[in-house]
Amino acid sequence: MKILVCISKTPDTTAKIAFADNNTKFVQEGVQWIINPYDEWYALVRAIELKEKDPSTIIHLITVGAADTEPIIRKALALGGDEAIRVNADSHDSFYIASQIAEIAKQGGYDLIFTGKETIDYNGSSIGGMVAELLDQPYVSLATKFELNGTTATINREIEGGEETCEVNVPVVVSCQKGMAEQRIPNMKGIMGARTKPLKVAEPVAVDALTSVASFELPPAKAGVKLVDAENVGELVRLLHEEAKVI
Amino acid sequence: MSVLIFIDSADGHVKKSSFEALTYGAQLAKQLGTAAEAVLLGTVADDVAALGKYGVTKIHHVANETLNHVDAQLYTKAIADVATASGATVIVLSHNLTGKAVAPRLSARLKAGLVAGAVGLPNTAGGFVVKKGVFSSKAFAHMNVNTAMKIISISPNSFQTVAGEGTAEVVAAQVTVDSPKVKITATNKVTGQVPLSEAELVVSGGRGLKGPENWGMVEELAGLIGAATACSRAVADAHWRPHHEHVGQTGGSIAPNLYLAIGISGAIQHLAGVNRSKVIVVINKDPEAPFFKAADYGIVGDAFDVVPKMIAEVKKLKGVA
Repeated sequence: MKILVCISKTPDTTAKIAFADNNTKFVQEGVQWIINPYDEWYALVRAIELKEKDPSTIIHLITVGAADTEPIIRKALALGGDEAIRVNADSHDSFYIASQIAEIAKQGGYDLIFTGKETIDYNGSSIGGMVAELLDQPYVSLATKFELNGTTATINREIEGGEETCEVNVPVVVSCQKGMAEQRIPNMKGIMGARTKPLKVAEPVAVDALTSVASFELPPAKAGVKLVDAENVGELVRLLHEEAKVI
Repeated sequence: MSVLIFIDSADGHVKKSSFEALTYGAQLAKQLGTAAEAVLLGTVADDVAALGKYGVTKIHHVANETLNHVDAQLYTKAIADVATASGATVIVLSHNLTGKAVAPRLSARLKAGLVAGAVGLPNTAGGFVVKKGVFSSKAFAHMNVNTAMKIISISPNSFQTVAGEGTAEVVAAQVTVDSPKVKITATNKVTGQVPLSEAELVVSGGRGLKGPENWGMVEELAGLIGAATACSRAVADAHWRPHHEHVGQTGGSIAPNLYLAIGISGAIQHLAGVNRSKVIVVINKDPEAPFFKAADYGIVGDAFDVVPKMIAEVKKLKGVA
């Protein structure tokens, strides 16, 4: 079994979000970068668990980014995985990124491609579906459980108001979310080992981005909370009914 | 040239998020001076022609039962075929769970720029720019769509449904449907409840409620005002409430008109899932709880004291004994 895990570099959840150059650029100063949580906790860790069950499994990690993405991919390798591929390109268009991943996937002949359910910066939930279409493979989105039996995967996925269980033969692309696996912390052996694992750099294929960011905008600041005394709950209900008009 | 809106359905009924998509698509078509048409996949019990009240003139119906279950691959092909045959230049979907499975595939198939999670109509003065949430709702991006064919998936509950008069012409669409590669073996759905992603009012509980046995008052309050119930990560992780009720960064992301948070401190990860709510009310005994900074209304007090009082007051308001 050969698994490709897609890894994205994102600002930490608690990072301050600010923009410069007439709101066209995300201010990176002071921002701590992390592996996109869904890629790390669910996609990567589930792949590692599959390898622990079947040691013949091969895990490759892929990221599309400039050289400054390398600490993130090394961090991912410290958790697990046999080697990593960085496609040397800087783009925020989902189709451009998905096209690069699909190109590597075609060459690698992977049985499984795992992504996180979305990145916490662009929140598009797009890469998995695009890669699947480009490879003409089935796509199971928002998976909460993944089991493998030979070449058949049994997957639970979230649907509106519940879950469904499905079966699909590999190759398949899966986007992963909570439930797939539990977050792990890399140990010293993993961190040391990651330094010598192969990190290949591939040049991007020529693809036109379909979208681009024109500008960013911060939401208007909240007016501030209107506090009601705990002894006067009736006043809160009145405000919600008459002022906010929500009940 | 037309706008094609995808109508999502489940269990024979059109989803509320599709009414929003239809309204959005109809308004966009008006803005572009073109026709609004829709595509429906699978069989439904609802009156399809009546969806014309949301402003679409024609509905392409692929009444094939294989499509009664969402299959990203089959849906993509069917929608793309209808879009191509009908000459659509913009496709509109809801950014709900179906939209997340289908829209990116459509984008790759048609080489059409996708804006996923749009929160407003495009600015078409000199281009095609769509606003969407980024950085887990902490900011917005205005996205240029640089392709002739465009796809917009709209964030649920971010666009007001407008229903008027009118019926749509329903035409049978000729589309070949392959057999699905993904076989659904079991479905586990909570029935008789509004899905959290579509709920207009949400009452949510956190660790401050101390245990699952105390959810009676949360459910009673939610029932009185017609709200869905949700919970924080800690609560879902402790299995006090089912996983699908979990909202926050790792759970669901929602944007109801009212989010009433009881005993939830409001960590940044939780806010990431709920900060698009129009009105946020926080009940927490800790005056330093970070949630108060993101709230519109709040009560500093013990949930076990405040919530029963609130239930009594809502009963008075609703005239319920």
